[in-house]
Parts: sequence; structure tokens; C-alpha cells
Amino acid sequence: MAPTRREFLKIAGISAAGLVLPPLASVFTRAQAGTPAAGGVAPTVSEPRSALTAKRWGMVIDTQKCRSGCTDCIAACHIAHNVPDFGNPKDEIRWIGAEKMAHVFPAETHPRLPESIKSLPVPVFCNHCENPPCVRVCPTQATFQRADGVVMMDYHRCIGCRFCMAACPYGSRSMNYRDPRPFIRKINPEFPTRTKGVVEKCNFCEERLAQGILPACVTACTQKALTFGDVEDPGSDVRRILDGKFSLRRRQELGTGPQIYYIL
Amino acid sequence: MKLYDGGKIIAGIVVFVIAASSPFWYGKGKVVPPPDLKLDTPAIEQLREKLCVETAPYMRANHMKLLAAWRESVVREGDRSYGATDGKVYEISLTGTCLECHSNKGQFCDRCHDYAGAKPACWSCHIIPEEVR
Repeated sequence: MAPTRREFLKIAGISAAGLVLPPLASVFTRAQAGTPAAGGVAPTVSEPRSALTAKRWGMVIDTQKCRSGCTDCIAACHIAHNVPDFGNPKDEIRWIGAEKMAHVFPAETHPRLPESIKSLPVPVFCNHCENPPCVRVCPTQATFQRADGVVMMDYHRCIGCRFCMAACPYGSRSMNYRDPRPFIRKINPEFPTRTKGVVEKCNFCEERLAQGILPACVTACTQKALTFGDVEDPGSDVRRILDGKFSLRRRQELGTGPQIYYIL
Repeated sequence: MKLYDGGKIIAGIVVFVIAASSPFWYGKGKVVPPPDLKLDTPAIEQLREKLCVETAPYMRANHMKLLAAWRESVVREGDRSYGATDGKVYEISLTGTCLECHSNKGQFCDRCHDYAGAKPACWSCHIIPEEVR
């Protein structure tokens, strides 16, 4: 027998109440319980050992000082961050790469430039943009921008969708198509590795800045071609160099506001 | 209603029910002893006061929540220090701080996780120092 209208409405009302009330009850019990980590304690947080801080981190690269064939910065970075070497360009992971000038600055170079300039190797890495397109497209906020301008990856949240790789106009990001662990020559226990299915990139040595050390590429460069500092601080090293010489940023016209400045 | 091949069908159902429920019958009345966690690492032996960053019961119940909060703190807020309830400040590091004391991951983390059927994905990226050395 079909229920009457009155019976139907009663059942519907009770069902709705049953759906709503249990979650509400659990909210109240959780609020009462409280965990020490959540709010029971006022943590006495101290600043870690003289961390380097800035309003906006940036880097100046003096390509004139780069020796041709030198890969010191790349090697230092890739050892420090457990970057694997799969030995094939399709799966390649890179935090720093060396590209020809004509490829890094296609709009600024022209066919009549001497070959020595066109093929000059230029170190390229994540530009830590002021307006990063990778952060805009990330569906899980796995990549995000810190207050000091560093564009960070949270590998815990990365789902490997590669939207960021499509969005980045500089090709600064690499996907782990395979498990990278077996392809790391010597694992540095100070830094985690990555896992299959996450995208990775340069982190401006955020873990070293927290310890008060300059990025690995900067300290590894014997020619002092790389200078790291606060681009918002008029007295910083990077600003002194930028004030004295003509510099370029990669694909400035896109409006991403890259924070790697090149002196050619 | 007529049931064709009723004998075979009912026999099949009985066999299936027995097979599907066999793990329960097999394990009935047996008590699996809780895992025996080893706390005798050199680093713990040297501690004057054998205490983790928080009390043992709290850690036993909430270490996963604490680690999740630590993860957020370091990666998203850039804050690498943890103020414990007793006022001490610890560096937040899974490989550095946790595994410095619990250097016997196999006899500490894994035994309990195996027992509880928990499969944390920490170690696909985070490094176990004893494996690297």
C-alpha cells in the first residue's frame, strides 16, 4: 500500500534530521576534546638558526662570467636535491639546465649575431615569478608562492596532473614518470627524494636559506656568476649589480614577473 | 517458483559461504599479540629522560596528526621548530629528529604499522638513514 501524503512527509522529515544531526554532534565532541597540537598549548616557537630572510628573493646571472662547458652549478644542485639521472632526455629531471642563448632569449637574439654569442650556454631554472602561472593552475595548491616570493612545491599534495608544466612558459618543471630512487647516484640524506607521479623544480634552496646558507648553485660557482639576494632591498648585492648594468628577464612580455635577471 | 538444478545451486552457495567466512572461523578465539616495539636504539639509551617530543600515550594515539601538522608547518609555513607541551623546542624533521632516536624503523614504525594494517607513504620520498649508509 502506498503511504499517504502525511506519512511520506513524516518519513522525509525524519530522514533529513538523521542526515544532519550526527555530523553536528561529532563537531561538538571534537571541539570539546581538543589535542595538544591543535590548540591546548601555546607553542614556544623560536626562529631557526639565523635563517636568511627577504621580502622577495631573486638572482642575477652574469652570463659573461660563465665558462663554456662548466656544469658546476648544475652538479651541485642536483647532488644536493637528489635529482635523478635517467640517462634519457625524455624522462629527464632538471632543476638547473644549460641552454643556448638563442633558445633562452629567442626575441632578443637575431640571426646576424655571432655564433659565439648565440650558442653561449646560459643556466636556466625556475624564475620564481612574481605572478606565477603554475600556481594559478594547480588544482590542489601543491605549488604555491611563499611570502618571500619563493614558488614552492608541496610534493605531498601533488597529484601529477602536469597543469603546471603546461602553464610554465619556461619549461622549468619536470615530471617523475618513473620511480627516481634507483637513478640517484648518491642519496643525500639531508633532503628527501621524490616519488613517481609528482612534478618537481628548483626551490631556491629554501631548505638551505632556513639554515642561513646561500643556494647550492651560488656557492658552487667558482666564477661568481650567480648572485642571490633580496630584490626589494636597495642595498642588496643583486640590486647593486642590477643598478650598474643592463639586464634582461626571460619572456618579460608575458607578465609573469620572473625573478631571475640575466646580464648578457 | 521452480528452482532448476536446486541441489547444485544450494551446494554452491554453502561452499561459497564457508569459503568466504573461513578467515573468521580460522582466526576465531586466537589472539594476535600486539607488536613488541623496540626502544633500545643507541640514541634512546643515551637519553637521561626517555621521552619523545610528547608523552608516549599521546604519541601512540596522535603521532600521525602531529606529523601531518609538522608537514604543513615546514612546507607551507616555513616554520621548522616545534614547541612541545613541556616547553622544549624541537627541530621538525622526520629523517633528522624522529629517526635520529627511532633509528630502528623496522622494529619500531613497521611492526606496528604492519599489525594495524597501516601503509603510510612517507618513505617513498623521505629517507631512512640506515638504508642510505
